[in-house]
Amino acid sequence: MLPWAPSANKKDREYMLKTIGVSDALELYSDVPSKALLKKPPRVGFGRILSEWELRRIVNNILDKNRYFTSPPPFLGGGICFHYVPAVIDSIISRNEFYTAYTPYQPEINQGLLQAFFEYQSLMADLLEMDVVNVSMYDWSTAAAEAMLAALRVTRRKKVLVANNVHPEHLEVIKTWLLGKSVEIRTIGFNEETGTIKLDELERNIDNDTAAVYIESPNYFGVLEQGLEAIADIAHKHGALFVVGVEPLSLGLIRPPGSYGADIVVGDAQPLGIGLNYGGPLLGIYATRWDRKLVRQMPGRLIGLTKTVDGEEQGFVMILQTREQHIRREKATSNITSNEALLAVAAAAFLTLLGGKGLRELARTIWIRSHYAAKKLRGIGIEAPRFSSEFFKEFVARFPKPYNEIHKHLRSKNIMGGLYLGDKPPLYDKHSALFCVTEAHSKKDIDLLVTAIGEAL
Amino acid sequence: MTGLRKGWRQAKWEEPLVYDIGDPERTGYIIPFKDEEGEMLRELGSEPEEALKEKGLLREEAPPLPGMSEVEVVRHFTRLSQMSYGVDVGPVPLGSCTMKYNPKINEAIARDPRIAYLHPYQDEDTVQGLLEMLYLLEKWLAELTGMDRCSLQLPAGAAGELTGALMIRKYFSDQGENRDEMLIPDSAHGTNPASAAMAGFKVIRIPSTQSGTVDLEAVEAVLGPRVAGMMLTNPNTLGIFEDKILELADMLHSNNSLLYYDGANLNGIMGLVRPGDMGFDIVHLNLHKTFSTPHGGGGPGAGVVCAKGPLVDYLPRPLVEKKGDKYYWDYRCEKCIGRMRAYYGNIVPLVKAFLYIASLGGEGLRETAIQSVINTNYFIALMRGTKGYELPYDPTRPRKHEVVISAKPLERETGVRALDVAKALLDTGLHAPTIYFPLIVDEALMIEFTESEPRREIERYANALKKIAEKAYKNPEEVKKTPRNTAVTRLDDVAANHPRSVTPTYRVLLRRLRGEKLIL
Repeated sequence: MLPWAPSANKKDREYMLKTIGVSDALELYSDVPSKALLKKPPRVGFGRILSEWELRRIVNNILDKNRYFTSPPPFLGGGICFHYVPAVIDSIISRNEFYTAYTPYQPEINQGLLQAFFEYQSLMADLLEMDVVNVSMYDWSTAAAEAMLAALRVTRRKKVLVANNVHPEHLEVIKTWLLGKSVEIRTIGFNEETGTIKLDELERNIDNDTAAVYIESPNYFGVLEQGLEAIADIAHKHGALFVVGVEPLSLGLIRPPGSYGADIVVGDAQPLGIGLNYGGPLLGIYATRWDRKLVRQMPGRLIGLTKTVDGEEQGFVMILQTREQHIRREKATSNITSNEALLAVAAAAFLTLLGGKGLRELARTIWIRSHYAAKKLRGIGIEAPRFSSEFFKEFVARFPKPYNEIHKHLRSKNIMGGLYLGDKPPLYDKHSALFCVTEAHSKKDIDLLVTAIGEAL
Repeated sequence: MTGLRKGWRQAKWEEPLVYDIGDPERTGYIIPFKDEEGEMLRELGSEPEEALKEKGLLREEAPPLPGMSEVEVVRHFTRLSQMSYGVDVGPVPLGSCTMKYNPKINEAIARDPRIAYLHPYQDEDTVQGLLEMLYLLEKWLAELTGMDRCSLQLPAGAAGELTGALMIRKYFSDQGENRDEMLIPDSAHGTNPASAAMAGFKVIRIPSTQSGTVDLEAVEAVLGPRVAGMMLTNPNTLGIFEDKILELADMLHSNNSLLYYDGANLNGIMGLVRPGDMGFDIVHLNLHKTFSTPHGGGGPGAGVVCAKGPLVDYLPRPLVEKKGDKYYWDYRCEKCIGRMRAYYGNIVPLVKAFLYIASLGGEGLRETAIQSVINTNYFIALMRGTKGYELPYDPTRPRKHEVVISAKPLERETGVRALDVAKALLDTGLHAPTIYFPLIVDEALMIEFTESEPRREIERYANALKKIAEKAYKNPEEVKKTPRNTAVTRLDDVAANHPRSVTPTYRVLLRRLRGEKLIL
């Protein structure tokens, strides 16, 4: 028996081949040059068809070589943190009609999916205070790269400015995605004391050929940028777009980007009900304010409200598809087609499960716990946070000795500590590590971490 | 035969938007360890609101997101799911989308906490099992494509295409060559020209011949020192195998150009023909198509890019490596294009693809491909001679993973278009095929059953198409009024896209209701 191919049985096959008018299935490959045809099956898998139980046993042995941390959860930062995902979220995105569906090209038979996508767009728009949100980019990094490309198209300019305190992998991705465009990418330094971007350096580098200024808040160090209006003003004064990357959960408590002049907002909705999964899949956010050019140059899929042709009811369809590759080909705003739509349903479910007030409470508790952790670390003589500006969820701690040594001790206590920054831009500091504390960490977890670090000093 | 239930109807719920159900004050979520907050606050000596307000960072009020109880959230989304349609409900034979069944065992295993709870920056010694899987997966995909190495980083096929195009660009620029033209057949997926353009290439369109394959003379005519390469899918979007592929590869290579393989159409030849053996230099695969990972209403999927020879150096980094019995990420990047996304890839679909290949093995994959091709050609045999439809481009030639039939005769004789046929199919509880693609076929119906459809469903589909045509000849207006049995009747695309009425969010809807003139 061949699993998952119902007609791959002798009786059906013979009947079907006879109807087709061939005696052997390989006759259907007669147009393949014999030189290119494999003589025997490729050597992949385990050499035979496996039963479910055999598969489980093989995989179980492999997965036993992994170690995961829940007590306490990892304290690793770096743009992705351990959050608890309520069981209802997985239950909802495990609905067969959702997860086995394709992109809803036929809206009448996929109203449910389309409504869920519209709800995601709407909830995210309200969280960001932006008007238009697409139903997903791959992740924060590619959303940022797409935002740079959109800004280049909108302004017809040739230069982008990126804060050097953004996630270094995001910066790398932006550089890679822009390889084919003759574009200058210039980084703007940050203040060593506050961790925030240097405004004077921004002013010195911006000019009338600058398409975009890209910053993240919280940035890679978990630091919230100060003077956001001032950055927006500098960008806008030179006709550049102000592109902001955000952590959406923080916006329960922190000012939304729509309130300080962002033109395009990107980010990752991973904190909103999406698991770690070793860093993927994630849910890239891309939003704009209501502006003809910004929306028309937007990459990705958009869902809109409409009515039935007979005018009797309302419903949802994919809109502004003339931006997309299947219609515009080389003139499309982006090549994106597959995206992370199912996770948009997860985020929508998460946001409605929490509600506005619940989200604020969650953001608040994360602020409290991460600040408590930093204070406790200060109590044992560690520079935490290393940067003086306000932070959310993640913070850099600087240790009197190389962090690797401390990390080793934490591991011996079954604690997965912070992210070592000795080999990573922009700090390259062996004494520093990036910590993340969320609602998943109890006070006891934090105290345990601090005690263990104390032992290693 | 029993007479159980006649006439399909989709569920229809009067389910409002979450904004009409919920309330920002309500919540269905209990914060973990909430009772410890007070003690931590006392230790801190200040409330978050004070600290943030002082610095001008405080959001004054909670965001206006409607909250609901867990029961209401579950009911809302369950009802919405019942107004949706996926492969687990019935056939979704969208051409070039390879909507095959998603094995449940893969879904179950991929949710294992030994995967789900892994942080991407965990120490490598704690993720050895996962790295082993990824290492094996890479090896298997390289073997299946006839390539040397693969990058698992790409989140989707289109991202893979952009990766391939950027690799080609950097490869030539490192050799000091200025090659800025990319050849793309007129039958190609829209992502090919879009990806080439994103990578800075000028797209040169190559026409198809009468038999539906690449016109080699047209390629010859445009080959020159500016041509970097060609992006090709084989079998092509007509489901026809490019039988002159070896000659084509030779032509390009003798011009020092590269050949890129769009793996969207691999399903019908997997385990039988390898892109590497056909002369391709770079390959992308869509694991959510060929390797059975679900589409999720649009994603997440996973792309993989494989390369051979000198192009391996250009693959995005890091790649997974093995030394002794230890697996690790190798970040060294001398010629590589860089990084295409943060972290390591869409791990969950990668794991599911690993499980799929592990389950079937080489022989199983090969038989799977053969069955998908039998299914296509069985459907063609059933449709042969049906009034209203025709099979353009050499109807005698077997198709592979998919077939494109044309409703042009139907349109000409009754006014019923491919769009109407698609909507009428929905009314029978069958998902429509891809329509109006590829662009070189008028009134195209592009159908790919994959190996997952039982013979009975293929027959049901062919019968439904025949009945729709019969109805169109008798009463075309009836067909144009479909669908009637779906949750809503035909929707107004014009109003949806009109600059004065386009409404992409609830926020915009409220602004419009307040009388703001929002024109896009």
